[in-house]
Amino acid sequence: MSVGHYLLLSAALFAVGVVGVVTRRNSIIVYMCIELMLNAVNLTFIAFARQLGDMGGQIFTFMVMTVAAAEAAVGLAIIISVFRNRLSVDVDDVNLLKG
Amino acid sequence: MELLMFYGFGLLALFAGVAMILSRQPVTSALLMILNMFCLSALYALLDAHLIAVLQLLVYAGAIMVLVLFVIMLLNLREKKGIITKHQASLQVVGVAAFGFFVMTVVSRLNTAALPKSKAASAGFGTVEAVGRILFTDYVLPFEIASVLLLAAIVGAVMLAKSKV
Amino acid sequence: MPITIPPIDLLAVAPEIAVSGFACLLLMTAVFLKGKGGWVNACVALVGLAVAGWFALCQGAPRSAYSGMYAADGFTQFFKIIFLLGTGLVVLVSVKYNEEENMNNGEYYALLLFSTAGMMLMAAASDMMTLFLGLELLSISLYVLAGYARNRPGSNEAALKYFLLGGFAVGFLLYGMAMIYGATGHTDFAGIGREAARGADNRLYLVVGAVMLLTGLGFKVAAVPFHQWTPDVYEGAPIPVTAFMSAGPKAAVLAVMIRVYAQSVSFMHVDWLVWLSVLAVMTMTVGNVAALVQSDAKRMLAFSSISHAGYAMVGLAAATREAVASVAVYMLVYTLMNIAVFGILALVARKNEQRTKMRDFAGLARSNPVLAVSMTILVFSLAGIPPMAGFMAKFYVLMAAVKAGLYWLVLAAVLNSAVGIYYYLRFTVHMYMDEPEEKLPPVKASPALVVAIALSIIGVLLIGVVPSAYLEMAGRAVVSF
Repeated sequence: MSVGHYLLLSAALFAVGVVGVVTRRNSIIVYMCIELMLNAVNLTFIAFARQLGDMGGQIFTFMVMTVAAAEAAVGLAIIISVFRNRLSVDVDDVNLLKG
Repeated sequence: MELLMFYGFGLLALFAGVAMILSRQPVTSALLMILNMFCLSALYALLDAHLIAVLQLLVYAGAIMVLVLFVIMLLNLREKKGIITKHQASLQVVGVAAFGFFVMTVVSRLNTAALPKSKAASAGFGTVEAVGRILFTDYVLPFEIASVLLLAAIVGAVMLAKSKV
Repeated sequence: MPITIPPIDLLAVAPEIAVSGFACLLLMTAVFLKGKGGWVNACVALVGLAVAGWFALCQGAPRSAYSGMYAADGFTQFFKIIFLLGTGLVVLVSVKYNEEENMNNGEYYALLLFSTAGMMLMAAASDMMTLFLGLELLSISLYVLAGYARNRPGSNEAALKYFLLGGFAVGFLLYGMAMIYGATGHTDFAGIGREAARGADNRLYLVVGAVMLLTGLGFKVAAVPFHQWTPDVYEGAPIPVTAFMSAGPKAAVLAVMIRVYAQSVSFMHVDWLVWLSVLAVMTMTVGNVAALVQSDAKRMLAFSSISHAGYAMVGLAAATREAVASVAVYMLVYTLMNIAVFGILALVARKNEQRTKMRDFAGLARSNPVLAVSMTILVFSLAGIPPMAGFMAKFYVLMAAVKAGLYWLVLAAVLNSAVGIYYYLRFTVHMYMDEPEEKLPPVKASPALVVAIALSIIGVLLIGVVPSAYLEMAGRAVVSF
């Protein structure tokens, strides 16, 4: 079975993630959409690693997961600190800064 | 068989992804995200990435998403009433469809036949032993950087989230 | 089965180890100091940076380490020195500010050091994996630093915006890397270059990958059209952090762009350069025009930092060895002058950053003439007026572009510089000609800030008067390409 199927699926997941980031307003959901994009990237890496018979892609995925865990910790801490001051995690309510 | 499994898990993953960005309740979104990660983990196993498949469940679904769920419940988040109207929801569906179509056209235009021929997986491809071996030899530098990165993230998260300095 | 551990080249990564080690030390001193004596933390951080600088200077012969993941060459060395200098200045600028804002704890300096380690890894990366991890080490520390003034809603929002948009950009960056990996089967730049030179049938993957990679990097360097986050984040973050973000990380991303270009020339050539030229023109113009209409000094400096990245990218587009050397010097000069300007702004803004408007500089010439003269020198340098270093740096970049035949790009850069002079001189006009609106006690610089400003003014004048020495140094650094 060709790796092309997997690439198409990951492209679709990536697109869903991008659209979610652009359209959703709740910052936690936006964050989850970013995670979805990273997952799509991971699938691409794993598919290519299988195709090439090279484990470098799997190691790359391993690193992406590590970074995602670190980002989750920091990102959720940021969301909590915003919530503490404003009692909202809505991106639209975050409007103190122009632009 | 592989094709059947691929379509099963692949379509379920796609469904979970789309439903996630359409759902109004953050908790539902998070649960759908976990479903999506579970399906991807199955796909990784199909692609002979056994260690990564397990890690996907342990790290992503097990740790990261539990943390997300915990925060959602801690902050008692609910999407504001009526923030997503029917109109907006349909707009999102159209957006997903349009952008997805665009990306998939690009990807399918990419000539997969031009890629190097698929090689038979060598014995032990993607197992803990094989991945661990190269992780500690060829990729020892990234591995060490990751440790510093995690330390920085821990310090940062504690600094931001604790209530008194 | 036994594993054969590959050779570990500790000397090559000694600066990173030193910086991370001192960051850990800071976490421990913070426990013993219990929130008192913040200046001790700053001193520990400075010692750490000095040790790292010493290691960077005696790095030894150019070589590749860790199975081609890490390049310890003159180029890496030059940029490491820039990052260490920049972080050192930021530490000096931070001391008094943090004291006033009650955030002078060890963790702040530890995070500064961690992000410095990330920048150094980026400059040294000769593999996409090292590049990615270095970039993330830098970004994650910066997300936290941007939100470090935890009780100020603006700072929270800056962190949130930076985090969400940064994560979004990293998604694109990684997708690009995955495409490039799939097309070539390599993650190291040299291998990618070799493979790409060989076959043309997988070219489309490479182009899509390269465009996505450029998008991700463009976000991090705040190139237009990926710059929307910049003014908000720069405005919301604490001033010393803004100073830090505006200098080092930009230099790091430019270093990455140079290395990707130099080591994978064959697959990037035509498309890459055209893209870069277009980005450079847009970045310069949009940054300058937006800076023109700002009344808030912090926001104006944010936009002007966008346009400075644009000037540096002109040098990248020229893509000769000479141009690369001039970009390296440009980043050195820019780091020196920009951080000091933010330091003065931190002083004028007073407690809680309530006075960051341009007109808050009014009357500075009378209340603190020395500070006003320093600000004038630095602002002239930023605007590119001779004999300051800012002029020479810009001049060399443009000369390199002329030699490469990019006349329209040079014309755009010169026109933009003229616009830049106008808004930079507004600082001087306010300082010397305006009366302050309200009576405030005159500002007084702390010793650490005096050292920082003096160092950068000496640097600016020195490089401005004898630029050739520094250019030669940079020229030697890029010889490895």
